Amino acid sequence: MFAYLVRRLLLMLVTLFGISVVIFLLLRIVPGNIVDILFAAAGYVDPADKANLEKELGIDQPLIVQYWHWISGFLRGDFGYSYVSEKPALQEILPRIPITAKLAGLALLFSASIGIPLGVISAVKQGTRLDYALRVVSLSGLSLPSFWLGLLILTAAVAMFGQIPIFNPNPKTWLEAFATYAVPAAAVGFRSAALTMRITRSSMLEVLRQDYIRTARAKGASETAVNYQHALKNAILPVITVIGIEAAFLIGGLIVTETVFNIPGVARFLVEAIRWRDYPIVQNLVMLIAVVVVVANFTVDMLYAVFDPRIRYTD
Amino acid sequence: MRSVWALAVTATLSVLTASTATLAGEPKQGGVLRIYHRDSPANASILEGATYSVNVPFMGVFNNLVIYDQHIAQNSPDTLRPELAESWSWSSDNKKLTFKLRQGVKWHDGKPFTSADVKCSFDLLMGKTQQKLRQNPRKAWYSEVNEITTNGDFEVSFDLKRPQPSLLAMLASGYTPVYPCHVSPADMRTHPIGTGPFKFVEFKANESIKLTRNPDYWKKGLPHLDGVEYTIITNRSTAILAFVAGKFDMTFPTHITIPLLKDIKSQAPNATCVVEPTNVSTNIIVNSTSAPFDNIDIRRAVALALDRKAFVDILFEGQADIGGTMLPPPQGIWGMPKDRLETIPGYGPDVMANREEAKKLMQKAGYGPDKHLAVKVSTRNIAEYRDPAVILIDQLKSIYIDGELDVVETANWFPKVARKDYMLGLNLTGNSVDDPDQSFYENYSCGSERNYTNYCNKEIEKLFDVQSQETDIAKRKPLVWEIDKKLQEDVARPIIFHARAGTCWQPYVKGVTIMSNSSYNGFRYEDVWLDK
Repeated sequence: MFAYLVRRLLLMLVTLFGISVVIFLLLRIVPGNIVDILFAAAGYVDPADKANLEKELGIDQPLIVQYWHWISGFLRGDFGYSYVSEKPALQEILPRIPITAKLAGLALLFSASIGIPLGVISAVKQGTRLDYALRVVSLSGLSLPSFWLGLLILTAAVAMFGQIPIFNPNPKTWLEAFATYAVPAAAVGFRSAALTMRITRSSMLEVLRQDYIRTARAKGASETAVNYQHALKNAILPVITVIGIEAAFLIGGLIVTETVFNIPGVARFLVEAIRWRDYPIVQNLVMLIAVVVVVANFTVDMLYAVFDPRIRYTD
Repeated sequence: MRSVWALAVTATLSVLTASTATLAGEPKQGGVLRIYHRDSPANASILEGATYSVNVPFMGVFNNLVIYDQHIAQNSPDTLRPELAESWSWSSDNKKLTFKLRQGVKWHDGKPFTSADVKCSFDLLMGKTQQKLRQNPRKAWYSEVNEITTNGDFEVSFDLKRPQPSLLAMLASGYTPVYPCHVSPADMRTHPIGTGPFKFVEFKANESIKLTRNPDYWKKGLPHLDGVEYTIITNRSTAILAFVAGKFDMTFPTHITIPLLKDIKSQAPNATCVVEPTNVSTNIIVNSTSAPFDNIDIRRAVALALDRKAFVDILFEGQADIGGTMLPPPQGIWGMPKDRLETIPGYGPDVMANREEAKKLMQKAGYGPDKHLAVKVSTRNIAEYRDPAVILIDQLKSIYIDGELDVVETANWFPKVARKDYMLGLNLTGNSVDDPDQSFYENYSCGSERNYTNYCNKEIEKLFDVQSQETDIAKRKPLVWEIDKKLQEDVARPIIFHARAGTCWQPYVKGVTIMSNSSYNGFRYEDVWLDK
């Protein structure tokens, strides 16, 4: 187990190095840089002004120098300055992380707390009207883009209650604070919940046909014990995998949800930074996200061992 | 007896109503004006900005030497008012403009405002200072200024190479605030210091911009508001729903399209909404440096094929203006009258006849029903650009031109245009002041950086100078019309239409005036107040 752990950790470092190179090069391949955008917005170009600005920002240097400057800074915790706001990149990124983390956490919680029980119910009640209804709900969850669902929620809230549940930086009541995150989390988590529900259902259906389930029933175990203690415990592995993958994919959904609900999180900030080609923000933020994703995947792999005693990682 | 009581009650009510009405008319102090902002500006420095996304939130931080009257919608030479200048005067040869400056004005950091600050600001704009602006998009405005001289702390003069009455118009633009000498251009981008009615508090990119009341403002009793808060909401649907729900007192100025205006009026019937021209023209840029558009006949055919009314009807439900380079009257000061405009080829009401003429020109150039000309119509990937480009492609089909939409990301748009890597382009041109000098020199003079098509006509350039030096407006207007007509006939940059857009505010917001011939000059907000 220890050797496996070390091997996985080393693999993580190699992966992160590869990601850093890809992030860096992809940003440079995209046409235009911050200077082009600033001058495009102004509708003019003065070659001398442009050259001065490129020199000031260091984007006139060879790529290898720029890469070394960035990655050595990243490792030291020096993220440089945002090209746009001219503030330290870390100062721009850090306050936004908890906002997105809360939103993502709530969305995953929504996904798991709704998706898993409904998936179990759907499997146990296979072929009934309830099963059909739940399958329709899950299909709609997979079909509705989160930005559209978000706009529907906003429109309905304004039409029905005269209120709009967009981000409120200074909530006065716990209800406002809850709504600030819960409504967008539900919008973005709905798709994820639908996927979790479908995976749980199919996994449960497979497990419920196993001999040991019949044995459990024959030994007089209650239906609840059979479904949740024996079946779900064995059906949960693919669900955990999907939730792990969804955590990574969630960032895509959060970009539009943060835009629709006007949440000042990192996802929306990242899109704006890409639009401005704000390299220090994009590189460091994507790298941080990559670290989170790689660590999350590593954690999921470790969880396999916890949930399934048959899995023992050896050399 | 009963009637006597009724009379007394009625009289009392009348007195109460009258006094309430009087009170309602008087500005109330306090409150924070909440506006949503359509996007996150690059920085807070107006002198470096080239979008009204910077002017709107930050104009209240500053003052100009002179300013357009903030309560009169139409900017004109008659509505110029002194601001940091108490008065101005021209020398007898009209080559020296002298301002007497206001005394006792302080910057937000407590330092006194003097003529040195004015000299610094304009030397900075003319590129004469040690410190430089990171970007200086309006350097060309001051090309006729020789130097700025001061006479003591409260007098400053602009020495000109030749008379240029329009200089005052440019000084009155929201784009021309006076900056403090003692604050660097870099600091002005992140923490602007001004003399204006509101002090800068904070600018969180993609989140909000906050201004607070300047208690030491030199106009006593102003501003009425305690502050202004701009929440940045890039999603238009969310922003409008938030306004309807009452989360904001006002929409971002001229941000509401005509179709969306109907939604707002139906969902928030008490809101006050106005629609005004933005002085932004939608036009065609033609690459005349290479085939096929090096052929003047094909360029003329394109201009003749335009059904401008169709553009206006489809995109603005009829609420936009057709004109030449200058914004048409009645809101535009310098635009051609309708009867004169309709004498220009392509502007006549008979679209079919125009297109028949265009077809003949195309056939002369070797194209016809059996041989269509394939062109790419390039434009920016923004709805305001894409939508008219699609209509343009449709209209060009009627004269044997098969257009293909080439959508270009903003970052690549200007470099692409600058290196002439396009055939036809659909472009938007915003005019910060309704003034011929700003428009003609910037967009049509030989060698100008914003003259995207490289149109260069030395004869017209001479006329630019003639109109520019004319101090009598009545004499200047026909000169401007003649130039504008010639520019359209030369297909320099065919103007399709001048856009209009809406602004809405809640009924308790008072004192807002939306300018009718500029989107850049009306956001001081010092006497806006909230009646609640």
